Amino acid sequence: MALNKRRFDALIIGAGGAGLNAATQLANTDARVAVVSKVFPTRSHTVAAQGGVNAALANVLPDNWHWHMFDTVKGSDYLGDQDAIEFMCREAIPTVYELEHNGVPFSRLDNGKIYQRAFGGQSQDFGGAQAARTCAAADRTGHAILHTLYQQNVRARTHFFDEYFAIDLIKDDEGAILGALIMEIETGEPLLIEAKATVLATGGCGQVYRTTSNAHINTGDGNAMALRAGIPMMDMEFYQFHPTGIAGRGMLITEGVRGEGGYLVNKDGERFMERYAPNAKDLASRDVVSRAIVTEVKEGRGCGPDGDHVLLKVDHLGEEIVSKRLPGIRESGKIFAGVDAAQEPLPVFPTAHYIMGGIPTDPYGRVIVPEGTGEEIVPGLYAAGECACVSVHGANRLGGNSLLDILVFGRAAGLDVLENLKENKNHRPMNETSVEAAMSRLTRWDQTGDGISVRELRDEFRKTMEDHAGVFRTEEIMAEGVEKLKALRDKLPDVRLSDQSKVFNTARVEALELENLFDTGIAIAYSALMRKESRGAHSRPDYPDRNDAEWMKHSLYFREGDRMDYKPVRTKPLTVETFPPKERVY
Amino acid sequence: MPSSVPLSEQLRWQCRRGMLELDFVLERYLDNHYDAADEAEKLLFKELLTAQDPELQIWILNGESHPRAEFQALINKIRGI
Ligand SMILES: Cc1cc2nc3c(=O)[nH]c(=O)nc-3n(C[C@H](O)[C@H](O)[C@H](O)COP(=O)(O)OP(=O)(O)OC[C@H]3O[C@@H](n4cnc5c(N)ncnc54)[C@H](O)[C@@H]3O)c2cc1C
Repeated sequence: MALNKRRFDALIIGAGGAGLNAATQLANTDARVAVVSKVFPTRSHTVAAQGGVNAALANVLPDNWHWHMFDTVKGSDYLGDQDAIEFMCREAIPTVYELEHNGVPFSRLDNGKIYQRAFGGQSQDFGGAQAARTCAAADRTGHAILHTLYQQNVRARTHFFDEYFAIDLIKDDEGAILGALIMEIETGEPLLIEAKATVLATGGCGQVYRTTSNAHINTGDGNAMALRAGIPMMDMEFYQFHPTGIAGRGMLITEGVRGEGGYLVNKDGERFMERYAPNAKDLASRDVVSRAIVTEVKEGRGCGPDGDHVLLKVDHLGEEIVSKRLPGIRESGKIFAGVDAAQEPLPVFPTAHYIMGGIPTDPYGRVIVPEGTGEEIVPGLYAAGECACVSVHGANRLGGNSLLDILVFGRAAGLDVLENLKENKNHRPMNETSVEAAMSRLTRWDQTGDGISVRELRDEFRKTMEDHAGVFRTEEIMAEGVEKLKALRDKLPDVRLSDQSKVFNTARVEALELENLFDTGIAIAYSALMRKESRGAHSRPDYPDRNDAEWMKHSLYFREGDRMDYKPVRTKPLTVETFPPKERVY
Repeated sequence: MPSSVPLSEQLRWQCRRGMLELDFVLERYLDNHYDAADEAEKLLFKELLTAQDPELQIWILNGESHPRAEFQALINKIRGI
């Protein structure tokens, strides 16, 4: 049967905050825009972001974008590109006002201005007093943003392909991107979308780890598609873990629980944080607590039949306090772990939360790859949001800066696509070889016979990632991990689907996602093994210090031959002075 | 069975949400309870899945009551407490 085809000016893959804000810029123009999303747009993971978005509006306390920039550069442990960071912190202000104008119901102060709350890592006057920089729409910020942007696009007749799964990018012999092959999930029918510009906005990849706070849809599809198109991934070793996720499940338990007097114990009932951080104890920074938990488990002091977690105690606070001050935690404990936190301790383990690395782009969302001694733009390809790496978060992201990243750079990408379309009036000729290659990724799953199941290989892969490319990173552990991951990757061709039906075949989608998890996860594991220093979220007991002389550079992982390359950090901002690297103390 | 009552596999993708917490409880219900449920409950589940994520969060995760009483038993089952 002939492959169905559609033509658009722009194709946006992903309908989270990044994809929808890109689409919004094109919504009221002549451009014909397709937005493809594997789930209904307002079910994108952005909906989980309840904390808010940073912008130096100075509505509650004095603030300006330059202080925001300082905090972000410092938070990045000096790996963030200072031109991109300046761009983001300046653009934050009009971006939030544009959202307000478009109808996002931000919480307000009595004087009618947008309310702003204080978050960790925010300072006034370059490291001085606490700032209040985070704007929120009650506890529904992510949903409010998605809902508003989606409505705008529906009104502007953006063409939505809801519940379509993007399989691979299509490229020509010169490396230009021509669109993508997608599949309707309900029918299993493939569809070729030709576009003059394609934007990847597919979000994060937390599902590469066994324990993650990310929804099941976050499987790094866009990253893997880019890798398969020959594009490297940048700074993938930088993955942020939250110390307390529900063990084996991943749901976040907020720091607030330890703030209220909760503490961690090992199987001997010992308050082990006293050993790792005698002063701050359970309130030490996220990476310190995460590593302490993993060390306890590795050294045989973990709890439970498999000794694979520690316990978070709040029951000593008494039922009344737990119910009054921590009602959400009590509910979560009951629903996800079958434990009433007022009576028993909760099983916890570090949970994979956010990836700083991704598809390398410039501040206009254009994907860039190394070429000779410099860099080159990939014609027709953009990326924005958690799948991209501009890089504004460097080695560590500050709370409230990732919603900002997705909105600012989603918008910038949309605007640049518009410019691009003015110059490129015609579609490039289709490349049948590339289409066939993408189709074969789909038809490969029609093979029948005995084999390994998707779930079996996926579970093994995610566990290996957790054990060997997670919080605890020594040469020995990671080198062993990379070998194990490669061996698991070699098993991929033996995976078979038992259900061959085309209709509503979630198993088929999960098989395609499994391949994406492998490509994205191995990029993380390799990049982590190769970086021989500790910086931001990448912490190595065997190289405990940051090493600016050798490692103040971005990593680039190429799928072909599992190859690494590096490029310099852009330390020169757009208009202000460089913030030189300093030791990062809070 | 009338065609409006979907098979569990037809609803599996609808259980994919923007929050891990919802993925977990909805799939747990689908795997453990859906097939054995009566037709009325199945139709309620199908309808429940059309709600927005923050609404599901309030009813299922925060335990607030659903404005339509007929959903409450199903929601309690999904909460699994
Ligand atoms: C629990 C939690 C709380 C958070 N809270 C905050 C917060 O308060 N503040 C903050 O700044 N950040 C927060 N973050 C981080 C932030 O939510 C994410 O980084 C951000 O929402 C990512 O947005 P995005 O647009 O890049 O991707 P997403 O919102 O994840 O959207 C990705 C889109 O891509 C689509 N897609 C993916 N793969 C495919 C495919 N193969 N085919 C078709 N479509 C595809 C999906 O359907 C979806 O529409 C939080 C994260 C978590 C896990």
